[in-house]
Amino acid sequence: MPVTIGDGRREWQLRDRRGQIGLWLMWLVGTAITVAAIEQISGETIWAFVWDAPEQAADLLTRMVPPRWSYLDKIWSPLWDTINIATLGTLLAIVLGTPLGFLAARNTTPSVALVRPLALLIIVSSRSINSLIWALLLVAILGPGVLAGIFAIALRSIGFVGKLLYEAIEEIDLSQVEAIDATGASPAQTLAYGIVPQIMPAFAGISVYRWDINIRESTVVGLVGAGGIGLQLQSSISTLAWPQVTVIFIAIFVTVVASEWLSARIRHAII
Amino acid sequence: MLLIEGLTKQYKTGDRALRGVDLTVPQGQVAALIGPSGAGKSTLLRCVNRLVEPTAGKIALDGVEITGLGRRALRRARRQMGMIFQEYALVERLTVMENVLSGRLGYVGFWRSFFRRFPAPAIDEAFRLLDRVGLAEFVDKRADALSGGQRQRVGIARALIQDPAILLIDEPTASLDPKTSRQIMRLIRELCAERRLPAIINLHDVGLAISFAERIIGLRQGVIVFDGPPERLTPAVLTEIYGEEDWSALIRAASEDGEAEGAGETAAAAGQRQTGFQGSDARARLT
Amino acid sequence: MAAAGRRWRAPPLIANPWLRWAIAIGAVIYLALALMSLEVKWSRVCEGLDRGWTFVVAFAQPNFISRSEEIVEGIVESLTMTVVATVFGILISIPIGLGAARNIAPVPVYLVCRAIIAVSRTFQEVIVAILFVKMFGFGPLAGAVTLAFATIGFMGKLLAEDIEDIDPAQAEAIRATGASWPQLVNYGIQPQVMPRLLGLSLYRFDINFRESAVIGIVGAGGIGATLNTAFDRYEFDTAAAILITIIAIVMATEYGSSLLRRRLQ
Repeated sequence: MPVTIGDGRREWQLRDRRGQIGLWLMWLVGTAITVAAIEQISGETIWAFVWDAPEQAADLLTRMVPPRWSYLDKIWSPLWDTINIATLGTLLAIVLGTPLGFLAARNTTPSVALVRPLALLIIVSSRSINSLIWALLLVAILGPGVLAGIFAIALRSIGFVGKLLYEAIEEIDLSQVEAIDATGASPAQTLAYGIVPQIMPAFAGISVYRWDINIRESTVVGLVGAGGIGLQLQSSISTLAWPQVTVIFIAIFVTVVASEWLSARIRHAII
Repeated sequence: MLLIEGLTKQYKTGDRALRGVDLTVPQGQVAALIGPSGAGKSTLLRCVNRLVEPTAGKIALDGVEITGLGRRALRRARRQMGMIFQEYALVERLTVMENVLSGRLGYVGFWRSFFRRFPAPAIDEAFRLLDRVGLAEFVDKRADALSGGQRQRVGIARALIQDPAILLIDEPTASLDPKTSRQIMRLIRELCAERRLPAIINLHDVGLAISFAERIIGLRQGVIVFDGPPERLTPAVLTEIYGEEDWSALIRAASEDGEAEGAGETAAAAGQRQTGFQGSDARARLT
Repeated sequence: MAAAGRRWRAPPLIANPWLRWAIAIGAVIYLALALMSLEVKWSRVCEGLDRGWTFVVAFAQPNFISRSEEIVEGIVESLTMTVVATVFGILISIPIGLGAARNIAPVPVYLVCRAIIAVSRTFQEVIVAILFVKMFGFGPLAGAVTLAFATIGFMGKLLAEDIEDIDPAQAEAIRATGASWPQLVNYGIQPQVMPRLLGLSLYRFDINFRESAVIGIVGAGGIGATLNTAFDRYEFDTAAAILITIIAIVMATEYGSSLLRRRLQ
């Protein structure tokens, strides 16, 4: 009890002694880990480069301006590819991720013991591996190009769509499903009338949200050869063509901001 | 003593919530502010401690002019004004004790409050107040674990620990059942009597106002249209404040009730002076 | 009673028929154009399928041994980067989040903080990493700074939104006691946003670890460099080992953070 009665007066502290000690221990361990990590990193850092950083940054900046606007002509096509990678990748992920969500949700899976763990494993694997790593893998398998990018984005997004969808499915109101069941509907009809209407807003929200993220992701899959504007970025950086890099950055910025605006509007319209 | 002169508030939207309100509340007086929704009751209350910034007019508490104070001085003035809220406005995830002690925030420095190391007298006073409002056993409960009536008692203790010179009370019973409402109103009235505290209470419920306040102020569209003791609150006056309705039954019931309350309170106050214990119903409420 | 034979059809999602058809036709045209602009070399894909199969086979027999030293080093480096970036990113994101909440920050501060968040969120971590590697040189420092920078945008935005959604009555009550601004934050706001802030911090730790596996590709330290090399050399068995390790660690941290979150509720 935080309230103790000592020499006739009640004293109050937020935590009792054990809580206090526990809290301090937590802070101690946390700080120790952080300090150790900092030590580790600074041991691997060449500090001369770091002290040089402001100069490097200033140097970079002077080389990046003025942007070479004429380069814009050359990035329309990769920009189009970038948007396609994001959009087609998202569509593919929705097509594959939706059944996965239903298989993983406790209340719709055909088998809790067998199918559900498998679906969850696929979801976790897909989510743990960044789209850039998927791209790396797919470029090695399919060869460089937009196709690898689309599949990389799709493979990463399947887990995302599947996870958020199965969480939404598990949170639905069961009495509505029961009511549809009670009318004598078949399982498929129960799905269509009892479950789908309940998760539709979440589903649409998830899809648009993931598309928005994928626009951002698809700007970099080109760095490893999977198509889109990242290819141009890679070649401009490796040839030290900094004024072009500026143009690419601006193009990315505008695209991402526009996609964010669009997805916010669509989500608003749906909800 | 609270002095309000020519208080006017115009919101950015153009709504004129208050139009030149003049009001004086002397020491120890419990005044109820009644009026329809949107009459400016809540705005008037919040102008006093400047949670809402008045557009024009003068407010002074015990000779200190509130309007025109700088930020620091305003904070000092605010700790002299205890406020009790509708829907309690407790910090839900803090314990009862932390909520009560938050009333002392204006008196202690940031780091003291951050580590919850309040001075011993403040903690003693908090325990005393929690005893007084009948929540001694709930010290370390989280506020969201309490019932409505209990929460409002914590709200009252939080306002009183500020050692205020006035209480500003905004719809204290808005979300309570009738019985608890009456208990809370009785508690407020007793506490004001004990400490000779003036109070302004916004009330929706005219019946409660008649039963528990010694003065009634009727507000309509930002203007005071009635100011007087409950006995003078006639059906005609209520019609002027709220609009056409048959008021007579309500007034009859409430004033009979108010007389009973008045008698009861004198007895209770007498009992208190003898025993030194605060209110017999504090214990009863625990059950 | 309504007359017999009345027709009923479910109302369409978009009420305006013009808009409905415009969106549908637009979508079809876009899909056609996008698919047409896809250049697929089927011969290369067929050839790749073989290689894909090798990878699947390799995945079944991951090789942790032959490059175990690099793997351990890379994972440790990734974890240290994650810890440092998460701690500092959150420490910095708290004032930024407070400043970006419209209900408690003055307008100029609000605009500055929102601008920082917008810039941090727009650029993918890898692009930011490229710039920081140029500035700080190769190694985990550039990676940690990158992840911290990304954390600021992420946490700052969510924290600000949380603060904007608090129950204003609780904060008002604290203000009415004469509390100063820091006291208002500590008593009126912190208790309301703390549980979610902790949850988000743990979530961001997960994300930072996953990202730390990628930014190594552009030279910012961590397991990514090892992975990149493995792919370049077509050492699929090592790559599989690394991927399995990443998945295992992500699963472990996710499980740990869900346990922690439940205890903190």
